[in-house]
Amino acid sequence: MAEHFAQPPGWEWWITLYFFCAGLAGGLYVLATIFRFRGTPRDEALARAGFIWTFPLVILCAIFLTIDLGRPFDFWHMLINTTPGAGGLNWKPWSPISLGSWALLVFGLFSFVGFVFASSMERRARAGATELTPPGFVRIINVIGSILGLFLASYTGVVLSVSNQPVWSDSWAIGALFVASGLSASAALMAWIGRSRADASTETRLQRADGYFALLEGLALVLFFVTLAMAGTLSHTFHGIYWLLWILVVLSLIPPLRALGARAPVGSGTLSALVVIAGVFLMRVAVIFSAQY
Amino acid sequence: MPEPVGFFTDSSVCIGCKACEVACKEWNQLEGNAPSWGDGFDNTKQLDAENWRHVKLIDQVPEGEMLTGNGAAWLMMSDVCKHCKNASCMEVCPTNAIVRTEYDTVYIQPSVCNGCRDCISACPFGVIGFSSKTGVVQKCTLCYDRLQANMEPACAKACPTQSIQFGTLSELQARADARLATLKAQGNDKAQLYGRDDSIYGGLNAFFLLMDKPETYGLPNAQNAGLPSRNNFKSYLAAFVAAAIGVFAGVKALGGSAPSESTGGNL
Repeated sequence: MAEHFAQPPGWEWWITLYFFCAGLAGGLYVLATIFRFRGTPRDEALARAGFIWTFPLVILCAIFLTIDLGRPFDFWHMLINTTPGAGGLNWKPWSPISLGSWALLVFGLFSFVGFVFASSMERRARAGATELTPPGFVRIINVIGSILGLFLASYTGVVLSVSNQPVWSDSWAIGALFVASGLSASAALMAWIGRSRADASTETRLQRADGYFALLEGLALVLFFVTLAMAGTLSHTFHGIYWLLWILVVLSLIPPLRALGARAPVGSGTLSALVVIAGVFLMRVAVIFSAQY
Repeated sequence: MPEPVGFFTDSSVCIGCKACEVACKEWNQLEGNAPSWGDGFDNTKQLDAENWRHVKLIDQVPEGEMLTGNGAAWLMMSDVCKHCKNASCMEVCPTNAIVRTEYDTVYIQPSVCNGCRDCISACPFGVIGFSSKTGVVQKCTLCYDRLQANMEPACAKACPTQSIQFGTLSELQARADARLATLKAQGNDKAQLYGRDDSIYGGLNAFFLLMDKPETYGLPNAQNAGLPSRNNFKSYLAAFVAAAIGVFAGVKALGGSAPSESTGGNL
């Protein structure tokens, strides 16, 4: 049985919000790219919306992460070594928080390019243009950006595991849990963004995708609990009010799972999206807070 | 380059006077926290940004009928940063604020740290604390400024029983080995050195002589002393597999089947 004597780092709401937005931003970018490459021509509008929404979310990520620092104005110390006489860049690939700082910066650039082109195409679409194929290099940027987006969504969980905290360091499934839940929440958000314009086919496909992501999240959740049980720290994450949060998290998986076999949109899109997004947020609250308090 | 230095803390002669805590606070200008009074004599409770030395007072007085304690009713130990050879805090620090000094000690540069606090979650000993006054994390510096002036650390200087001994590592290790042999010869079977060899984080520059197993003192045993990076590969692999399945599922679910429709829709 694992025994821990580490102190909690005091990562609370800002970090929770950062991890939540990172999952949404990474997931939205990936779904927008999939729509652009594999969707119907009508889905291109939803792809543009995904790229447009991603960039503000990345900005929010940077703001939340910076506010959480003890010295927010020294945020750039994550990237530049300010040790007297040292200089150069801070690049520690074995430290997820170092790698993640770079990933956030680079993904920010990719999401900015996606935002600029999607906004421009959206303006043309509103002006009545019908030929709206993005340039080839934008499609390449979308693919690379998707890989970075998946990394951003998942490394936040890896940061927790690569520690000596109870619960966090006892499971290697948190990164998987965060990327699966990030995809699920972003599918729900995308369905909500496109609720008035997407046709029934698009809505059904988004709900089905969310069903798959929820299934993946459920499996990751089981792995998370099993690894904690093996380390003997499962009770640590269920203490106090957290058992209630976990029940809510599990219940939030039900709406997307219901849509798995459906051939038409299931239930109220807005309510369903809200339940999924709230569940993903509560999952991060439970993981982050239960280990510390 | 000076020879590596450190502390040898012999808990068998600690009397719990807390002179080390006071000397540390005085030299390092630490205000300390408000005393926390509970069921016991320990009013400091833990190492943190304001407590770089903490005397642990571990109550082992038997419940019920009082018997002769044989000197083991209370365990006392002056805890401190271990200045690990393989330091978890240093491993994760994204700003490179945590460095190894010319004395082979682990030091946090206050001007480089930006207060991300990842080192706190990494330190297996609960040594590092965040100071809301300075906005950075703080811990024992092994009196880096005093070392540069050829002075011994304040806590070792103040310790009235020589429980805290300062010196070069080789010298301290020899003293610790001799002391352990004496205690064993006296019948103290549980006496053991902690961090003297490389089984705990490659060896500790601040190592201890304990009178019970490490867990009793709130220290991880060799089995539980793992670096944060032990979870890197498994965590990234699991995340990669989940991401790959997610993308595959997304492509399968979102792939369209009506290519002749218009591209002109907008949101």
